[in-house]
Amino acid sequence: MSLKNKLHNLKEEYKGKKMAPAFNAIHTFLYAPNETTHSGSHVRGADDLKRTMNTVIMALIPVLLFSMFNAGYQHFAAIDAANGVVREVSVFGNFLTWENFWIGIIKVLPLVVVSYGVGLIVEFIFAVIKGHEVEEGYLVTGMLVPLIVPIDTPLWMLSIAVIFGVVIGKEVFGGTGMNILNPALTIRAFLFFAYPTWMSGDKVWVYDAVNLAGTPDAISGETILGYLAQNKAAEMTYSISDMFFGFIPGSVGETSTFLILLGGLFLIFSKIASWRIMLSAVLGALVMGLMFNGVVSSGWIGETSKFYGLMSFTFWKHLIVGGLAFGIVYMATDPVTGSQTNKGKWFYGFFIGFISVMIRVFNPAYPEGVFLAILLMNVFAPTIDHYVIRGNVKKRLKRLKNATILPNDSASKSEKLKAETV
Amino acid sequence: MGLLSKKDSGLILDPLADNNPITIQVLGICSALAITAELKASIVMAVSVMFVLGMGNVVISLMRNIIPSKIRIIVQLVVVAALVIIVDQVLKAFAYELSKTLSVFVGLIITNCIIMGRFEAFALANGPWRSFLDGIGNSLGYGLILIIIGFFRELLGSGTLLGFKVLGDPIAKTGLYALGYENNGFMLLSPMALIVVGIIIWVQRSRNPALVEEN
Repeated sequence: MSLKNKLHNLKEEYKGKKMAPAFNAIHTFLYAPNETTHSGSHVRGADDLKRTMNTVIMALIPVLLFSMFNAGYQHFAAIDAANGVVREVSVFGNFLTWENFWIGIIKVLPLVVVSYGVGLIVEFIFAVIKGHEVEEGYLVTGMLVPLIVPIDTPLWMLSIAVIFGVVIGKEVFGGTGMNILNPALTIRAFLFFAYPTWMSGDKVWVYDAVNLAGTPDAISGETILGYLAQNKAAEMTYSISDMFFGFIPGSVGETSTFLILLGGLFLIFSKIASWRIMLSAVLGALVMGLMFNGVVSSGWIGETSKFYGLMSFTFWKHLIVGGLAFGIVYMATDPVTGSQTNKGKWFYGFFIGFISVMIRVFNPAYPEGVFLAILLMNVFAPTIDHYVIRGNVKKRLKRLKNATILPNDSASKSEKLKAETV
Repeated sequence: MGLLSKKDSGLILDPLADNNPITIQVLGICSALAITAELKASIVMAVSVMFVLGMGNVVISLMRNIIPSKIRIIVQLVVVAALVIIVDQVLKAFAYELSKTLSVFVGLIITNCIIMGRFEAFALANGPWRSFLDGIGNSLGYGLILIIIGFFRELLGSGTLLGFKVLGDPIAKTGLYALGYENNGFMLLSPMALIVVGIIIWVQRSRNPALVEEN
């Protein structure tokens, strides 16, 4: 008997028991269920929730692999910088090395394991209590979470944040598909407000910088935005290609705009994510960046201002540093928490980009604001949709008013139409 | 209870659980979020509200037959304002630091919906003794929730209880802090207090499904 048949038999055995949802989750993760629809005729698409989630995870795998190498690379680059050694990045020379990958394995992999482990345990517990199937929603969240936290985040903090995010961000609203906030960003926001010293500053972005702080071997892990926020752009040695390809410090998976772009194109091509949201978010960020550049070039902000560094940052470079690209591609396009209407998506995306850059410049404690901007727009997404839909209804009612209705039984017909449109 | 009849003891006990002013009637949320970052402040707030509500209910109840109903809100406000000023002055005289922590929120007891709510709903229609019991009961229910929130917020947010370092010293790294534990700064922010209130409501309603409202 094959494994598949054995699992099917086990499923029959477990049917109706309390643990059934937990077992079914493992079972259908591996195989398609052996049931068919019994009644009625249904058209079934192949892209069910599980397939959708797996596609997003596929788009994240390159980012994850890159981040594992980058974890090691940034560590050794920071040590070189502390010793005054000039280091040039070369992909096969000092980037794709076992030495770097090993640091990725001991630092990044535990984040992934803890994120999935804790999150799925919470999901299983809720599925067993509520007696429904385990939902697939956590598959993507569990992969996103390790990619948006600093590398030195203690694992127990991550566990607490994951429990908080899954329970308060998702399960209290009724589980996957019912949440108003993106769970991964809820987890990030919880970490940010609960443990700010581990989420900001110039130490947490590079492996071991926290431990070595204060010793003779101290290394710096300042991000590009960190340099800019302190008006120290001159001390920064990163080139534009470093920023674009991701050889810079930052949250685990956010650095490589190039791979995020490829992932985004893959998601657009496979019609999983909305290109409208991505495009409009990029436009929003560019518009806000241009406005800030305009403020600087018109002389309203001098070099002594604390906003000078970030405001004078060339507008399009905002897209290739920090978490903006990652947030736009993988977070803003979340189909549950984003706008549903096409016109709404344009507004929703635009304001995400616009507000992200605005918070990035004006936030006094922390020069980044993508997660705050996306969470804010998550809250406003239903409102945007509401007005788009009302606008459409109004338009159609107007059309109805101007329409010439045939004289026969005109009264009843117009009433019927009205009922349908409203 | 020998001292109280069954009906009267219900006045004290009901607001503690199934008719709690915060978790069931959802009144007095504002102060429950604002001053519960420390357990001590929560307790003082609970006691202050108990004084104001207990005394106020008695006063209103005694006056209930002579208050013209058109101006009753103003009369109630005068009574509650007088009592709150007494509380405020006592705090300033005997616990100055604490009155600094509570800042405007002592004064804002005047606007606490629980107080006006009990005046309107109970004291205007019942005798002084029962009104007194109702005031004490409701302020106990309010104080109970305040103390639960304050307990968790102070313990998890500052690692202390009533100022004692129960989890160890975060700077000298003793106790739990030696293991790498850190205080949860989110607990000190008001939004987290709202989430704690939500969790209390969640726990209470899942233990007693009769409290869940129909949609």
